[in-house]
Amino acid sequence: MPRNPQPKFESWGRYPRLHANVVPLSWTTDFPLAKPPATKLLPVGAGRSYGDVCLLDGGTLLKTRGMDRLLHFDPQTGILCCEAGVTLAEILDFAVPRGFFLPVSPGTKYVTVGGAIANDIHGKNHHVAGTFGCHVPRFELVRSDGARFVCSATENADWFSATIGGMGLTGLISWAEIRLRPIVSRAIQYRGTKFIGIDEFVALSQASAQPVYTVAWIDCAATGNNFARGIYMQGDHSSMPGELTPSKRPWLTLPLDLPEFALNRFSVSLFNTLYYNKQRAKEKTGLVDYEPFFYPLDSLLQWNRMYGKSGLLQFQCVLPWEADHQMGIVKILKAITASGLASFLAVLKVFGDVPSPGMMSFPAPGITLALDFPIRTEVSFDLLDRLARITQEHGGRMYPAKDARMTAEEFQSFYPQWQAFARYIDPAFSSAFWERVTARG
Amino acid sequence: MARTERQLPSRILVLGATSAIASGVMRPLAAQGAQFYLVTRDPRKLAAVAADLQTRGAGAVFTHLMDLDDTDAHGSMLADAAQKLGTIDMALLAHGVLGDQEKAQSDYAAAEAILKTNFLSAVSLITWLANYFEQTRQGTLAVISSVAGDRGRKSNYVYGASKGALNVFLDGVRNRIDRSGVHVLTIKPGFVATPMTAHLDQNALFAHPSGIGDGILKAIRKRKDVAYLPPIWALIMLMIRSIPNAVFKKMNL
Ligand SMILES: Cc1cc2nc3c(=O)[nH]c(=O)nc-3n(C[C@H](O)[C@H](O)[C@H](O)COP(=O)(O)OP(=O)(O)OC[C@H]3O[C@@H](n4cnc5c(N)ncnc54)[C@H](O)[C@@H]3O)c2cc1C
Ligand SMILES: NC(=O)c1ccc[n+]([C@@H]2O[C@H](COP(=O)([O-])OP(=O)(O)OC[C@H]3O[C@@H](n4cnc5c(N)ncnc54)[C@H](OP(=O)(O)O)[C@@H]3O)[C@@H](O)[C@H]2O)c1
Repeated sequence: MPRNPQPKFESWGRYPRLHANVVPLSWTTDFPLAKPPATKLLPVGAGRSYGDVCLLDGGTLLKTRGMDRLLHFDPQTGILCCEAGVTLAEILDFAVPRGFFLPVSPGTKYVTVGGAIANDIHGKNHHVAGTFGCHVPRFELVRSDGARFVCSATENADWFSATIGGMGLTGLISWAEIRLRPIVSRAIQYRGTKFIGIDEFVALSQASAQPVYTVAWIDCAATGNNFARGIYMQGDHSSMPGELTPSKRPWLTLPLDLPEFALNRFSVSLFNTLYYNKQRAKEKTGLVDYEPFFYPLDSLLQWNRMYGKSGLLQFQCVLPWEADHQMGIVKILKAITASGLASFLAVLKVFGDVPSPGMMSFPAPGITLALDFPIRTEVSFDLLDRLARITQEHGGRMYPAKDARMTAEEFQSFYPQWQAFARYIDPAFSSAFWERVTARG
Repeated sequence: MARTERQLPSRILVLGATSAIASGVMRPLAAQGAQFYLVTRDPRKLAAVAADLQTRGAGAVFTHLMDLDDTDAHGSMLADAAQKLGTIDMALLAHGVLGDQEKAQSDYAAAEAILKTNFLSAVSLITWLANYFEQTRQGTLAVISSVAGDRGRKSNYVYGASKGALNVFLDGVRNRIDRSGVHVLTIKPGFVATPMTAHLDQNALFAHPSGIGDGILKAIRKRKDVAYLPPIWALIMLMIRSIPNAVFKKMNL
C-alpha cells in the first residue's frame, strides 16, 4: 500500500488517529489562507477534546495556538478581548493577579478560547452560570470566502448561535470577548460530603443554598451496599481577601505510556476505595487553592499516557430529570459494573436551566455523567454502545467533545436541529466527527 | 546569586517587533510596566502586538513602521526611539528571514537579500546602538542570532553565514564596549515553533517561543555573553563543531 505522506493526529483520548496536514495560524489575518489547499479545513485549538471533533481525516488542520494575543481588558466591566488561540491557563495568569477569574472552567485549563466556544463548554457552576458561551458578548467569525462577521446576541445573531457549540464547522473564530468575574483570593471555600446512592446525590444537589461550584466524584467500581457511592464537592470563591499570585507551571509530566494493564478493574477499585475513605468524616470543609479544586489532573502534564498507547474513550451524557429515581443514571452505572470495565474518572453533576446561546450546545437541564474507559478490545466499544442506547431510551443526549462512537442515527435523534445547523457550515470546512454523524446508513 | 543578577530593563527598543520570539521576551517585561518602541513593517501585525503589550500592562507603546532593509532610514528611526523613550535601556534585534536556500544557491540576488536583512541591516542598527550605549555608558544590546551560525550546513548555509557573520561582529562589538558598561548578548536559539519555521515539520525538538523568551530574560539578568536556547543546544553545537571536516563534508545535514 502506498504510504500516506500526511502525519497522523490524535486528540486527548488518543483515539482515533487520523492523517492530516497542519497549517499554523499566527495572526487573525492569516485566514483565509493565501494558498487554500485542495482538502477540507478544520480549526484545532489545544486538541483537548477526546474524540474526533478536532480531527479531519485527509484534511488540513488550522492550528490556532499562534493567535495568542490579549487585545483589550476593561477592569470596570471585566471584559477581556483576546485572540482565539489564547488558553484559559494564559487568561488565569493574566486575570488572577488583577482580581479576576474565568466565568466558566472546564476540568482542564489547557483549552483555548476558540475550543471553549466551539464546544460551548460547561463547568462546575453550570447550575447558576450556564455555559461558557453565556459569557461571550462578542466574537469575530471568519469564513473561507473571506467574509468576516462580528457576532453577538444582537449582531449576526444567527451566526452567533450557530458558532457557539458549532464544533468549528461554521468558520474560524479569530477573536472573542469574555466576561471575567471578580475574585479577592485564589482560595476556594470547600465542602466535601460523602453520599451513597443516586437518591442521596439528588437530595444533596437540591438542598437550598447551593454554592457556585458543585460536582460529585462517583465510584463506579463499587457494588452492593456501596453502589453509587461518592463525594459531593462544593465550593465558592473565598470572600476573605487573600493571595492573588499567578500559578507556577507544573514540572511533572508523564514521560511514557504506561503499559495497558496498569489501569484495570482492580487498580481502579483500589484507588476509588482509598479516595473514598481518605475523607474519614461524612463532611469535610476548608480553604483550598483553585488549582487542585478545578484542575486536579493538570498537575501531571500528559496524564492521558496513563491509559497506554491504545488510548481512552470518554462518555458524557445528560439525562433529563425523571419522576422515577433517575433510573437512567442507575442503569448506566449498573451496565458498567456488569461489563467488568472500570471508569477511573467518573463525574456526576446537575445541569441548571440557564439556556445555552448555542443552537447545538450540549448542556440541558438534568443530570450529567462523565466517564472514561481505557480502550481494551471490543468490550469497551460494546459498553459505550450500550450506554448510548440507555441515554437514548431516557431522552438524554451525548457530548460531541467527548465522543468517538455515536452513530449517525443516535446523533440525529439527540440533536434534531442538526439539519438547520448544517446550513451554517462553511463549505470548505468539515470534521471527522461531522462526517461520522451525518453519514448515510 | 545576587552578585550577578540584575534588574530587568524597562525602556525597550524592539526591531522586528512582530517576531514570535520577541513576544516571548516582551510579555513578561510588559507585565512589569516596561515602555516599548516597536519597529516592524506590517501595520496589522504591529497593531495586534501593541495591543497585547498594552493589555498586559506596558507603561507606553510607541510604534514605527518601516522595512529594516532600508538602512538609510535607520538613523532617524533610532533617534526618534531615543527621544520617545527618554533613554534606551535595551535594544532587542529580532528581525530576520530564513530565506530559500535552494534559490539562494543559484541566484545571488536571493542570497544577497538574506544577508541584507539578517546581517547588513543588523550591522547598521548595531553601529548606531553601540555608539549610543557607549556614550550613555549603559544598556543591553540583545541580538537574536542562531545556532545555524555555528557551522555551515548544506541545507541552510546562506542563512547560516548571515548569522555566523553576525556572531563575529557581535564578538568584536562586545570586546569594544563591554568595558563601558554595555551588555552585549548573542542569542542562539535552536528550533523554535514560530511563523519562520511554520512550513517545516515541527517535531519534538521545537521549543515554544515563550520558553525561549524566558531564557533570554534570564541571560539578561545574568549578564551572559552568549546564550544557547534551550541550553541543550550548547552541547549539541559543541558536538557538531567538533566533527572534522573530513567527516562533516560527507554528512547530510
Ligand atoms: C481533562 C479534561 C477535562 C475536561 N473537562 C471538561 C468539562 O468539565 N466541561 C467541558 O465542557 N469540557 C471538558 N473537557 C473538554 C474540553 O473542554 C473541550 O473539548 C474543549 O473544546 C477543548 O478545547 P481545545 O482548545 O483543546 O479545542 P480542540 O479540542 O482543539 O477543538 C475543539 C473544537 O473546537 C473547534 N475550534 C477550536 N478552535 C477554534 C477556532 N478558533 N474557531 C473555530 N473553531 C475552533 C475545533 O474545530 C473543534 O471542533 C475536558 C477535557 C479534558 C482533557
Ligand atoms: N524560529 C526559529 O527556529 C529560529 C531559530 C534560530 C534563530 N531564529 C531567529 O530568531 C529571530 C526571530 O524570528 P522568529 O523565529 O521569531 O520568527 P518570526 O516570528 O517570523 O519573526 C521574524 C520577524 O522579522 C521580521 N522581519 C523580517 N524581515 C524584515 C524587514 N526587512 N523589516 C522589518 N521586519 C522584518 C518579520 O516581519 P514580517 O512578519 O513582517 O515578515 C518577523 O516579524 C530571527 O532573527 C531568526 O533568524 C529563529
